[in-house]
Amino acid sequence: MNKVFEWPQHLKKKPFRFCPGCGHSIVHRLIAEAIEKFSIRDNVIGIAPVGCAVFAYDYFDFDMIEAAHGRPPAIATAMKRVLPDRIVFSYQGDGDLAAIGTAEIIHAANRGENITVFFINNATYGMTGGQMAPTTLINQKTTTSPQGRELSKTGAPMKVCEMIATIESVSLAVRVSTDSIKGVTSTKNMIERAFKYQIEGKGFAFVEILSPCPTDWGLAPDEALKWMRNEMASVFKLGVLKDKWKTG
Amino acid sequence: MELLKKYDLLGYHFTAVKNKKILMKGNEAISAAAVEAGCRFYAGYPITPQNEIPEYMSWRMPEVNGVFIQAESETAAINMVYGAAACGARAMTSSSSPGISLKQEGLSFLAGAELPSVIVNMQRGGPGLGNISASQADYFQSVKGGGHGDYKLLVYAPYNVQELWDLTMLAFDKADEYRIPVMILGDAIIGQMMEPFNPTPYKGSIPEKPWALTGCKDREPNVIKTLFLGEGELEQRNYMLQRKYEKLKEHEVRSDSFGTDDAELIVVAFGIAARIAFSAIKKLRSEGLKVGLLRPITLFPFPEKQLQVLAGPDRRFLTIELNAGQMVEDVKLAVNGKSEVLFYGKPGGSIITPEEVQEKITTLLSG
Repeated sequence: MNKVFEWPQHLKKKPFRFCPGCGHSIVHRLIAEAIEKFSIRDNVIGIAPVGCAVFAYDYFDFDMIEAAHGRPPAIATAMKRVLPDRIVFSYQGDGDLAAIGTAEIIHAANRGENITVFFINNATYGMTGGQMAPTTLINQKTTTSPQGRELSKTGAPMKVCEMIATIESVSLAVRVSTDSIKGVTSTKNMIERAFKYQIEGKGFAFVEILSPCPTDWGLAPDEALKWMRNEMASVFKLGVLKDKWKTG
Repeated sequence: MELLKKYDLLGYHFTAVKNKKILMKGNEAISAAAVEAGCRFYAGYPITPQNEIPEYMSWRMPEVNGVFIQAESETAAINMVYGAAACGARAMTSSSSPGISLKQEGLSFLAGAELPSVIVNMQRGGPGLGNISASQADYFQSVKGGGHGDYKLLVYAPYNVQELWDLTMLAFDKADEYRIPVMILGDAIIGQMMEPFNPTPYKGSIPEKPWALTGCKDREPNVIKTLFLGEGELEQRNYMLQRKYEKLKEHEVRSDSFGTDDAELIVVAFGIAARIAFSAIKKLRSEGLKVGLLRPITLFPFPEKQLQVLAGPDRRFLTIELNAGQMVEDVKLAVNGKSEVLFYGKPGGSIITPEEVQEKITTLLSG
């Protein structure tokens, strides 16, 4: 009998410490699977953000570094330039990438660094307890927008993938969601495409992944998935926003 | 990474080499020394008065198969150094005072993650944008840590272009030996001034770095981090760092002295202030005044013991600094009440002349 599902080879056999219903564990798994698929584990260097995914090195079974808040694209830039034949990826949340690290992500993209960036968008600051993020939806209540986010005071949810897609040197800018089996499958495909581009030297690949945070949203895991589908995905449109190489 | 054999060219075609000496600007001498010492990664951001460093690196690095990046910010530049150092490269960034303030986050991370790196600060007047004149007002920021957390940098204070050359090479070796960030603390004058120096060949070597992130082929994965949440974990981490700093105090103190043996007044000054003071002291010595100079070359570790030995009731100390009085506090701590410690200096990028120093010393010794 063929084994069709097993523990990913490059994910340590350790229980995740994420909250029930959190999307990080799915994305961690998909990244580990992609690394296994391309047999690049011995060449990979991953960069963990500040946020819930800071402990990525506890789960991934390959070289990892922890970065200052928002700085992973600068660190990835240097790593890839120093070791051009290694595969370098950063894993960042919306506080890390869309707020404090906006300059780093935009400029790494603009330089067309041959790196892969995974951007986990859960519309909140997870680790610090659910404050308003640049990606928080209008009227969404958070601990720092207790009456709901107001457009007039805090602006609209920041569409990072759309911003990245306008940059000439960007190879791939895509938004996917882990809200369903279909969504997870397409997330998996896009993570693979992003790694493939780096392996082929095709330049900067950016994968924004909508991911649930039931704890900070104050929703049960299944309700969180519905909220993602109905509310988040109507603001953050899913799809390939830019693919220079137009595969698939 | 192969070191260059043709060290005497440094990427330039010199028309004359006199007594083995060549003429270069301080900022360029630092850059050339870094490349000779195997630095193959530089990231920086434009700021006066250190622009010759990124400019030199921009054409020189490609010649030696190194990496030059003009970063989007000082913060990005220091984090690029963090990434390059984590991969085992000899990496450097440079800036001037306001830019160095922005790099403090990165410096704290480099110290916490034990990443060898070299940071150049060609100080200018502050606070704020200040001016672009020579200053030593970043002394506290450099020697007391600067960023958050209990950490120190090894800080070298060169006072001529020869020392810029020598100490830059040494900085890379010590950074690797102790796995620490090392700072070269210069100023607008020393960075901008041209003078002849002997570009002695690099004699050190780059050690193996088994902790570096290179992909985990044939070994266990390496992790570089600064977050330690376990009970007592961070405390132990800090004690480990402190032991490193104790080792620096034991083995890495450097200072120079002139005429201190019989001096009634000992001037303590570093960097460009020491050079100004030295001119004055030499002249006064020749006139028979009992004045000497103690010049710290490392600001951390500070030459405490050298000062303790000299301290006594028959002797006074005068620190001369281009700031409102910073190193004077460390001199007082070292002397520990055994001698009177005085201060003379100017803040805000104003320069002291040798004549002013002479007058100050003469007044003190005749008073």
